[in-house]
Amino acid sequence: MTDTLSTAVSHELDGNALLDAYRTMRTIRAFEERLHDEFATGEIPGFVHLYAGEEASATGVCLHLDDRDAIASTHRGHGHCIAKGVDVKAMMAEIYGRRTGSCHGKGGSMHIADLSKGMLGANGIVGGGPPLICGTALAAKQKGTGGVGVAFFGDGASNQGTTLEAMNLASVWQLPAIFVAENNGYAEATSSTWSVAADNIADRAAGFGMPGVIVDGFDFFAVHEAAAEAIQRAREGGGPTLIEVKFTRYFGHFEGDQQTYRAGEVAYARENLDCLKRFRARVTETGQVEAARLDAVDAQVADLIDAAVEEAKAAPKPTAADLETDVYIEY
Amino acid sequence: MARTISYREALGEALAQEMERDESVIVLGEDNAGGAGSPGEDDAWGGVLGVTKGLYHRFPGRVLDTPISESAFVGAAIGAATSGLRPVAELMFIDFMGVCFDQIFNQAAKFRYMFGGKAKTPVVIRTMYGAGLRAAAQHSQALYPIFTHIPGLKVVVPSSPYEAKGLLIQSIRDDDPVIFCEHKAMYDVTGDVPEDSYTIPFGEAGVVRDGDDVTIVAIGRMVSVAEEAAKQLAESGVEAEIIDPRTTSPLDTETILESVENTGRLVVVDEATPRCNLATDISALVAKEAFGSLRAPIEMVTAPHTPVPFSDALEDLYIPDAQRVANAVKTVVEWKR
Ligand SMILES: Cc1ncc(C[n+]2csc(CCOP(=O)(O)OP(=O)(O)O)c2C)c(N)n1
Ligand SMILES: [Mg+2]
Repeated sequence: MTDTLSTAVSHELDGNALLDAYRTMRTIRAFEERLHDEFATGEIPGFVHLYAGEEASATGVCLHLDDRDAIASTHRGHGHCIAKGVDVKAMMAEIYGRRTGSCHGKGGSMHIADLSKGMLGANGIVGGGPPLICGTALAAKQKGTGGVGVAFFGDGASNQGTTLEAMNLASVWQLPAIFVAENNGYAEATSSTWSVAADNIADRAAGFGMPGVIVDGFDFFAVHEAAAEAIQRAREGGGPTLIEVKFTRYFGHFEGDQQTYRAGEVAYARENLDCLKRFRARVTETGQVEAARLDAVDAQVADLIDAAVEEAKAAPKPTAADLETDVYIEY
Repeated sequence: MARTISYREALGEALAQEMERDESVIVLGEDNAGGAGSPGEDDAWGGVLGVTKGLYHRFPGRVLDTPISESAFVGAAIGAATSGLRPVAELMFIDFMGVCFDQIFNQAAKFRYMFGGKAKTPVVIRTMYGAGLRAAAQHSQALYPIFTHIPGLKVVVPSSPYEAKGLLIQSIRDDDPVIFCEHKAMYDVTGDVPEDSYTIPFGEAGVVRDGDDVTIVAIGRMVSVAEEAAKQLAESGVEAEIIDPRTTSPLDTETILESVENTGRLVVVDEATPRCNLATDISALVAKEAFGSLRAPIEMVTAPHTPVPFSDALEDLYIPDAQRVANAVKTVVEWKR
């Protein structure tokens, strides 16, 4: 059975928690919009996939997580990293290929990771993450930490055998795992309405014996609520959940994508659905947070991103001495 | 009539000409048309590489987009090949072999032998390999040695637009499963390519340059690196013979051995990591079959035994370049017992 959650009022979040959520979403947005601009200058090497538009998903889920919990991400991983607490400056330096980066310049945008934060890595392989999360969840279960594993993956990845096998295994082993299918409408140029044979990705949950929920991915509160329930169930030994988060991405599949396969949906979403706009409208209308405090966050985030880019550009690159290190622990 | 076109265009032309000639040829892969179910253009990508651009409208029903399900669609291509079609499947990055390898090496590669010679599996799997685009560890590997290791697979590694076209047409007509490895930094490389359809046979190396002092065997994009080194070396009076095997399976051992018998020196240039790669394979061949002709130990120029690094500063050190090839040649030419 698939339930659709409407925007639910969250009783758990006080003003400070709301401000944290807003700061995370704003940081992701500012990080991605800045990368979009910087990429156009030709200074950023490699492939860059931006998460703008999808901030409510990473933020709404990761707000429930702590250092016991692990997440696996995708090629579109900056948002998940930021939401799980990876250092923004180290991320930026990594994207610029610097020695000061999260992975010392060896990974790049598609492989940012911070195991100390339970961030198991962005992933260059579509469907690479879900099986790994079965493993982190198994470890948490065996060790009795109360931790959970969260696999973020796209609509495209929902068709990958690894993802489907992982969901089955998680159910068979009753793992504390949460599968977050981020349905942004496309896998590269291919529509999810075409590639996903079911009406909804969440409908597949039934086939794996776990609950499936669909949430409006532009609505932070809806994501937060759905994640709360799934994560609590997992922590209490109730097994895995599949959450399908629906929204659209604001930029191309990767930077440089001409996007001729799209129509006008981005302009519409930015104007009418945007998660940050809706969050701001709601918390100021209810009087939970004053607009001025949100403005202050915007300014702080802008400064942080400026500094991150400036420091990244000035940071040293790795050298020949780094080329053959870290292949093994010992060899 | 030959004209100058790119590696990408040469590949697209090969596909178009074969689809024109033979109705059983179909093309499938992720976004090979691009835009399935989307509100905009329905032929938006032509593959991430743009190789199949235009084929979707030209050959209705014969260019199939796929979900991101490599095991399923590569396996489907293999199954269709056993059943009368000649599918050309695109496995975007060679690194993604990881998610569909069973269908390739336990299924396609084994049928012929395991079924006592009764099966025929004329499938082509086009895939992109190689470093240089800052694509990092999971999108940059040169994994053709792994396929070369598997009996039953043929492995093609073209080094120029001319080879790309002729070898792809041969691959499509060939009745065995073929892994066709395109270097991702070569799509915009241009060269003379005949307009008419032509084939380049498997197992026949190209002698790219004649020389008497040293034999350089180079694979794929490394051929152009070897050529650059040879130019440099010629200025100091060292004439290198460059051999481009074109296919690593079957391998033209004869041309390699003949050349080494003449030059007495061998340098193998392989972008793959150094263990169990084409450099070690060809070196072993020469050490065993032409030992008496060797006047110096064999040199191998390869990537280091590491994953491909992201940072340009490291990736540039990772990829074998002309300087390293020239140095290796100097080592073998100057070697004294
Ligand atoms: C195994 C594998 N197949 C194909 C790709 C190429 N690829 C990278 S991202 C992508 C689309 C992924 O779509 P989706 O899962 O919906 O994530 P989104 O990009 O929309 O965030 C594809 C096909 C890959 N990286 N790995
Ligand atoms: Mg998607």
